[in-house]
Amino acid sequence: MAVDLHKFANPARFLRITSAIFPWAAIVTVLLLAVGLYLALFASPEDYQQGATVRIMFVHVPAAWMAMSIYVMMAISSATGLIWKHPVADLSAKAAAPIGACFTFLALVTGSLWGQPMWGTFWVWDARLTSMLILFFLYLGYMAIWGSFDDQSKAGKAAAILVLIGAINVPIIKFSVDWWNTLHQPASVATMDGPKIHSSILTPLLVMGLAYTSLFLTIFIIRVKAEILGRRLRILRLAHVED
Amino acid sequence: MNKFTNLIIRDIRLAVRQGSAFTMTLSFFVVAVTLYPLGVGPELNILARIGPGVLWVGALLSCLLTLDRIFQADFEDGSLDQLMLGSLPIELMTLAKIIAHWLTSVVPLILITPILAVSLNMPADGIWVMMLALLVGSPVLSLIGAVGAGLTVGMRRGGVLLSLLVLPLYIPVLIFGVAAVEAAIAVLPMGPHILLLAGLSLGALVICPIAAAAALRLAVE
Amino acid sequence: MSTLNEFLNMGGYGAFVWPSYGVSALILICLIVLSIRHLRKIERELKPLETDRKSRRRRKVPTGDTVQ
Repeated sequence: MAVDLHKFANPARFLRITSAIFPWAAIVTVLLLAVGLYLALFASPEDYQQGATVRIMFVHVPAAWMAMSIYVMMAISSATGLIWKHPVADLSAKAAAPIGACFTFLALVTGSLWGQPMWGTFWVWDARLTSMLILFFLYLGYMAIWGSFDDQSKAGKAAAILVLIGAINVPIIKFSVDWWNTLHQPASVATMDGPKIHSSILTPLLVMGLAYTSLFLTIFIIRVKAEILGRRLRILRLAHVED
Repeated sequence: MNKFTNLIIRDIRLAVRQGSAFTMTLSFFVVAVTLYPLGVGPELNILARIGPGVLWVGALLSCLLTLDRIFQADFEDGSLDQLMLGSLPIELMTLAKIIAHWLTSVVPLILITPILAVSLNMPADGIWVMMLALLVGSPVLSLIGAVGAGLTVGMRRGGVLLSLLVLPLYIPVLIFGVAAVEAAIAVLPMGPHILLLAGLSLGALVICPIAAAAALRLAVE
Repeated sequence: MSTLNEFLNMGGYGAFVWPSYGVSALILICLIVLSIRHLRKIERELKPLETDRKSRRRRKVPTGDTVQ
């Protein structure tokens, strides 16, 4: 395990590997998005209850999946950074955070656009939307703490502590919000579970999920490359001043 | 152990001598809670309905205002470095400071709650459970707050960042705390809520001193 | 033409379906563009420093690479 990690720990090698993956990730993203959008907008049938609004699900649910899995990925990456002093780990968590925040925001916006025809109002304190909102706050806090330190290696460690505490808290928050929602359930509110998952809906959903994942990978590679080169730039500038 | 209690006593003494901070937090709590009837209207049944939530949110915000007191003063005059170099492990040192913060900043809030609860038309059963829930749940506020305070210690504009970091993590305490009081008012069993709060407190007691100590090492190194 | 209209109408829910796809596209495209521009900017700033460092290395005896 240690050997494997050290292979990727070298930032130059990391950059080489990601640069090799990058074109493939971009191509796969475009293909999956094309297929996914075709399936979502043309091939999938309208739901007998929700009509065409069910099509919002194909951009809402994958965004919510990404929002959560990116936070988990950041927590794992930060733990790696704290335990093994892996030099790329903090930077990769930092690179992932804005992408996660964007997906969370999208899940919120599409969720409320879905809510208007379903519930008759743009915002309902539905358990999932509420936990998404809290997750969005966690992302904002994470990005804010990176911006508040001058010393980037300190910022990385502080952000890692924060994201780990947050990751322990996320299941508790999720549980408490679900539970709060069952206590305060208004009478005539449809749940966001949507219709029974039928294969005609599941296939486009999964394809869109995969497309979002590979889109994340593509943007992530661009951002993590910028972070690594940015650190190199700071070091070189420092060396330049000292000469 | 002696050093541990000495540190707690030192912090309490400092807080008591600096009495103004005490009274300011309490006044903030009272003023913030008073704003609700003025904003929502004085109908007694509406106040009774929102009372538990108002008191918990008020306590959360008041506690938030006091968090920078845990480490900031000691960081500025250099005694934090001294404490971290001392023989007491940093985790225990942090825990002692957290306990002192809870005793000096949060317990006064709990003591004044009954008066505010009466003004919000809360029934007597609810008031006792409100105090019990605060007593069991509020250590989480100090514990999680200490992590945020440790991360932002020494920052110029730490206060706003601190609230952004800490408030989302307070949500479970808020939910279970309010639920306990509402259950008691509705004459339902409130045991599970109190136990959940206690569980949160114990979990935070294990994790937060370690995380806060790690954050302090970063700030001081 | 009527099928296109029907498609855009989305069974009466077009006002909700299309904005949600539009917002998703807009935000993700903005994210991609901003990320690429950020990367290009850093690469541009890094270039003179790297060439500078290489040329100096050639002149001097390489004394311990402190960078990375």
